[in-house]
Amino acid sequence: MEEFDWTSIPGALPILADGMLITLEITATAILIGILWGTVLALARLSGNRPLAWLAAAYVNLFRAVPLVMVILWFYLIVPTLLQRWFGVSQSSDIRMISALVAFALFESAYYAEIIRAGVQSVPKGQVDAAFALGMPYHLTMRLVVLPQAFRNMVPLLLTQAIILFQDTSLVYVIGLADFFGAAYKVGDRDGRLVELLLFAGAVYFILCFGASLLVWQLQKKYST
Amino acid sequence: MSYNWNWDIFLSPTPSGESTYLGWLLDGLQWTLTLSLGAWIMALVLGIGLGVLRTVPNRLLAGSAAAYVEVFRNVPLLVQLFIWYFVLPELLPTTLGDALKQTDPLAQQFFAALLCLGCFTAARVCEQVRAGIASLPRGQRNAGLALGLTLPQTYRYVLLPMALRLILPPLTSEFLNVFKNSAVASTIGLIELSRQSQQLVDYTAQAYEAFIAVTVLYVLINVLVMFGMRLLERRTRVPGYIGSK
Repeated sequence: MEEFDWTSIPGALPILADGMLITLEITATAILIGILWGTVLALARLSGNRPLAWLAAAYVNLFRAVPLVMVILWFYLIVPTLLQRWFGVSQSSDIRMISALVAFALFESAYYAEIIRAGVQSVPKGQVDAAFALGMPYHLTMRLVVLPQAFRNMVPLLLTQAIILFQDTSLVYVIGLADFFGAAYKVGDRDGRLVELLLFAGAVYFILCFGASLLVWQLQKKYST
Repeated sequence: MSYNWNWDIFLSPTPSGESTYLGWLLDGLQWTLTLSLGAWIMALVLGIGLGVLRTVPNRLLAGSAAAYVEVFRNVPLLVQLFIWYFVLPELLPTTLGDALKQTDPLAQQFFAALLCLGCFTAARVCEQVRAGIASLPRGQRNAGLALGLTLPQTYRYVLLPMALRLILPPLTSEFLNVFKNSAVASTIGLIELSRQSQQLVDYTAQAYEAFIAVTVLYVLINVLVMFGMRLLERRTRVPGYIGSK
């Protein structure tokens, strides 16, 4: 058994903080776009328009059937080509971050869509009937009556998904992006202190995620009474 | 777009000449299936054990199982995998650790991935089992004990047979997750399905064909598992509960 040597961590804190910024940036973008696009997908799936509902279902099921690692690799393949064709961005510029952002946003939308669909379905049908009876058109019914209630019910699930997403961002490692985990790995590799850096990264993730899940749990208790 | 589609690439021989690229893909598929099924069996055994522990009337046992779940749920899978692969051999006694590092790299990758996925999934199975046991009416446990069954017997003959049948649908989605999560093993070099797709890109530059083929294989696994589990669910449904006919 080796002796631990934690001395390379204090000096590496700025690099690790930069990595954490990237992690948070991806997480925040994916949550925001995921919830917006996920709401659209959920409503499309619940709509009476058969082709639209079918398309949304196909999107959600495809993304949920494929490993996130493959999705990240897919977008790292597609995004540079599209960027070059549409915006003339040269292939050599660093597009890993954009690829990762697009991949996570579109991937998480599929998961958020399922949560939101369940949330919308949990609103009693009488609410929709009442809104229609009052003469509200579809978009007002959704915006003013159904979605506010649905989101209130969904808050704990949406937050739990956000914690999972925060952990999953570490997978950008496969395209060599230095998020928090990637930064920790690089520092550990550079200083020959991989064991310490990996344990440190694990501890940081644990404290953040466990703390966040305790908050979600408290929130859930408050809302459910 | 100036991309040259070439689906015949899968039939052409690999540089070593021993196999075709299709053979590579099937090798990767085999590793994905072996790893996932192995990890799933491990997760079921460990997860059911932990799920029972979480519900026993002993605070120390229930607390340890809860701690296990929180640790494995709140550290990213990738970090866990790297800890199993890189850190564990260093934490073992020197002779054992060195012996481990001497073994075949493929075996090292496989067992690190197996232990990692198994322990990670066990935490999720544990939560499902706990929820299943908690959803049973209290009277079931009390009736078992009142009949003179010991606590282990009550679990064995009364609580678990019901709980396991009730939680089959959520277990299906955990089973699907094992296959998807197994792709993370590509990061430590295990040549499973998603790693093979990258290798195919490196060797042939036919990225789209390789990715499409691998994606289709993952979707196929998904469909097959869902189909099989649905049959099992139909056979084991508990009459009188939601979802039964």
